[in-house]
Amino acid sequence: MILEIVSSVLVIAGAVFAVIGGIGIVRLPDFFSRIHGAGITDTLGAGLILTGLMFLSPDWTVTVKLVAILVLLGITSPTATHALANAALETGLRPDVDETEEATSSS
Amino acid sequence: MTYAAGLVAILAGVWLLLSGYFDKPLLLGLGAVSVALVVFISLRMRIVDDEGLPVQLPAGLVRYLPWLVIEIVKANVDVALRIIRPDLPIRPRVIRVRAGQRTDVGRVIYANSITLTPGTVTIDTEGDHITIHALTEEAAAGVLSGEMDRRVTRVEGHG
Repeated sequence: MILEIVSSVLVIAGAVFAVIGGIGIVRLPDFFSRIHGAGITDTLGAGLILTGLMFLSPDWTVTVKLVAILVLLGITSPTATHALANAALETGLRPDVDETEEATSSS
Repeated sequence: MTYAAGLVAILAGVWLLLSGYFDKPLLLGLGAVSVALVVFISLRMRIVDDEGLPVQLPAGLVRYLPWLVIEIVKANVDVALRIIRPDLPIRPRVIRVRAGQRTDVGRVIYANSITLTPGTVTIDTEGDHITIHALTEEAAAGVLSGEMDRRVTRVEGHG
């Protein structure tokens, strides 16, 4: 019973973030900003839903598979996002920005 | 040969965990054949090396990932609020930072960590410089502080 409540809360929270990500894709002004909206759906949306499902899995092998999906998503989704953004940049689309600055991190 | 042994261990582990069969000799035998075939092909392709199988990484990743998850959650909440509340401003900008990692794997982890954190997306990599599109000033400042860069460099270790 408690597991079901925890699971429901996580899945619903994940769904809410996925919807917010979708709203972001529509609301944000330009292509490069919209990618940030999609990022919400990719990370917290998918992450919370998968974590929520783990609490409902009937045995541990299902949990292992959900963790595998989470790991795979954690590697592929930023790679795909970067491929998309880089492809847009390469084809000449310029981000709509206030300023561009050169900076070196302090390492 | 250490890498080949590591590959066998990982493939066998993945096969057992995904199949869930532990006491069916025929299926386990077929699994062993699959593992042997994949290792044979990988060796022939010469992809069994420290890049294909970065054995030095997991120890550092164990310490890095919890921090990354917390950062991702914080950034998610921030960007989500900015999307649903019109009064919170966004100020997109492009910044260039230097990636302090020595290996390609390290740089990939850094660039992917930046993309994974909502509010910042890696849009270009050139040598050891990374170009980032940031949605807000705070997100840009987060990258410029260089904390993630230092932590990823630590994950790399000395291997």
